[in-house]
Amino acid sequence: MKNIIEILKGIINIIKQLLKDPIGRIGFIGVFIIVLLSIFAPKIAPYDITEMFTKSKLVSPNGEFIFGTDNFGRDVFSRIIYGAKVSLQVGIISVGISATFGYIFGIVAGYFEGVVDSIIMRFMDVLFAFPSILLALFIVSVLGPSLGNTMIAIGIVNTPVFTRTVRASVISVKSMEYITSAKSIGLKPINIILKHITPNILAPFTVQATLALSGAILTEASLSFLGLGIQPPDPSWGSMLSESRKYMERAPWLAIAPAVFIICTILSFNILGDSLRDVLDPKLKL
Amino acid sequence: MRSYIIRRILMLIPVLIGISLCIFLIMQLIPGDVISGLLGIEENPELRAQYVIKFGLDQPLPKRYIDWITNVLKGDFGTSFRTDKEIFPEMMSRFKITFQLTIMAAMISWIIAIPLGIISALKRNTWVDAVVRFIALLGVSVPNFAFATLLILFLSLKFQYYPPVGYVGFFENAKVNLQIMILPAIVLGTIMSGSVMRMTRSSVLEVLRQDFIKTIRAKGASERVVIFVHALRNGLIPIITLIGMQIGGLLGGTVITEQIFSIPGLGQMVLTAINQRDYPVVQGCILFIAFIYVMVNLIVDILYTYVDPRITYK
Repeated sequence: MKNIIEILKGIINIIKQLLKDPIGRIGFIGVFIIVLLSIFAPKIAPYDITEMFTKSKLVSPNGEFIFGTDNFGRDVFSRIIYGAKVSLQVGIISVGISATFGYIFGIVAGYFEGVVDSIIMRFMDVLFAFPSILLALFIVSVLGPSLGNTMIAIGIVNTPVFTRTVRASVISVKSMEYITSAKSIGLKPINIILKHITPNILAPFTVQATLALSGAILTEASLSFLGLGIQPPDPSWGSMLSESRKYMERAPWLAIAPAVFIICTILSFNILGDSLRDVLDPKLKL
Repeated sequence: MRSYIIRRILMLIPVLIGISLCIFLIMQLIPGDVISGLLGIEENPELRAQYVIKFGLDQPLPKRYIDWITNVLKGDFGTSFRTDKEIFPEMMSRFKITFQLTIMAAMISWIIAIPLGIISALKRNTWVDAVVRFIALLGVSVPNFAFATLLILFLSLKFQYYPPVGYVGFFENAKVNLQIMILPAIVLGTIMSGSVMRMTRSSVLEVLRQDFIKTIRAKGASERVVIFVHALRNGLIPIITLIGMQIGGLLGGTVITEQIFSIPGLGQMVLTAINQRDYPVVQGCILFIAFIYVMVNLIVDILYTYVDPRITYK
């Protein structure tokens, strides 16, 4: 219980520091809005995302449909709101996958070094040798396009970055005196890893996770744009943007709404990641 | 130095084996198998048996891998499921187009990014710096397909300009070719310039903090000498590493931009093959692109040792 309060205090402290910096504030508020939009999507969205108003196809933005309607007569605003939910869902789960594997591989490689380290890191080098969007594309095309496979593909693609970050931090932390003392009093490796190393690598890990979220959302949007990510009728900003190209001149709002939302979301996460790095890791600030 | 280069090249072999193995094993994850993808819903046992023999699927996995890789080393990437044509020649002719696009995009990104990055570093913490940093942040945050779509939208609504349809080779008609290639190159190059700008800025700042800059200032050299003769020469070295990473991003980015602008390059070939479930083509193209990426990084690493004499390799 005491620990939880400590952790909460720490988090509140970090948020306070973030909000002091005007740029950090923008990032934090941006991410906060997106999170709110996706949590309350069913409450905010005025219409059902699959409901087709056959009499009002390709209607330009007005009081009834604030972002207009698409070629099926569906409300663009509702689809955008649900798109936020899909984006965030894919982002969080895929980053969860890569963070978990990255943490395990990175800890094992960094703590035990030697042969295990070489094997893990060579494997990561191989994954790194593919342009990331191409690897994601390849995995999705093999597994078949779907929501779950999109998450798996993005999760795999981002694992090497986490592994490298964790490994590098573990190696630098490992040489600290407190780890040597922990070892000398006979603590088991698992205890050293969980109680003494993990808390001290959390900073770079959190920064990496925030930046990876923006990358994951971008990759999801790219895959969906190519028709290989989220499948209809589920709304995705990427596929909405791709669809909009057919009605470019008649209905430019179809392109503008998803484009603006994709850009603002990724921008917010990037800003938040950068500011978080400044707060958590002041050494890196230039 | 020579021994470093030789070692660096030898280190490539396990990576390349790893890449090919990785691609080969991922291909085995196809639900059902390659043939069910090819046959679609019309399962036909006779046809299936024919295909099994044709693609050697009756062979054990290790043998299939070794056969594939020996053929690839001979330049034989097999034939397409759909067209029955040899994959390698088509891949090469399409690669030329993607290569041209990549080079044009890279050049555009350097032209934008390096001067802006330097200015931003020199005018650190001024409004100029803030503007450049924001542009750079946009560059890393705007997806290339979103930029491309908005650009096309803007050009068509404002100027009634539409990207040309159809492709003409550079050596057939350079002018028309450049007209076709310039928009996708601008899209890729502008997006890529974000990360180059950031790298340039931080690397120049890093150099300006070094002791030797203080020494040069202390001996009374003008600020111009400090910046142009000393700071930039050293500050731009790390940007070479970025070129390697950039090529990877560009090769990935071409898949989307080539699709949007209907450029018949390697990226479009991969995507068409994926949509048609033409697995030999997918497998070949992915291997080829990863190979190019690895080779570019090798060249960049070697180049680095020439440019930066401080680096010694044991």
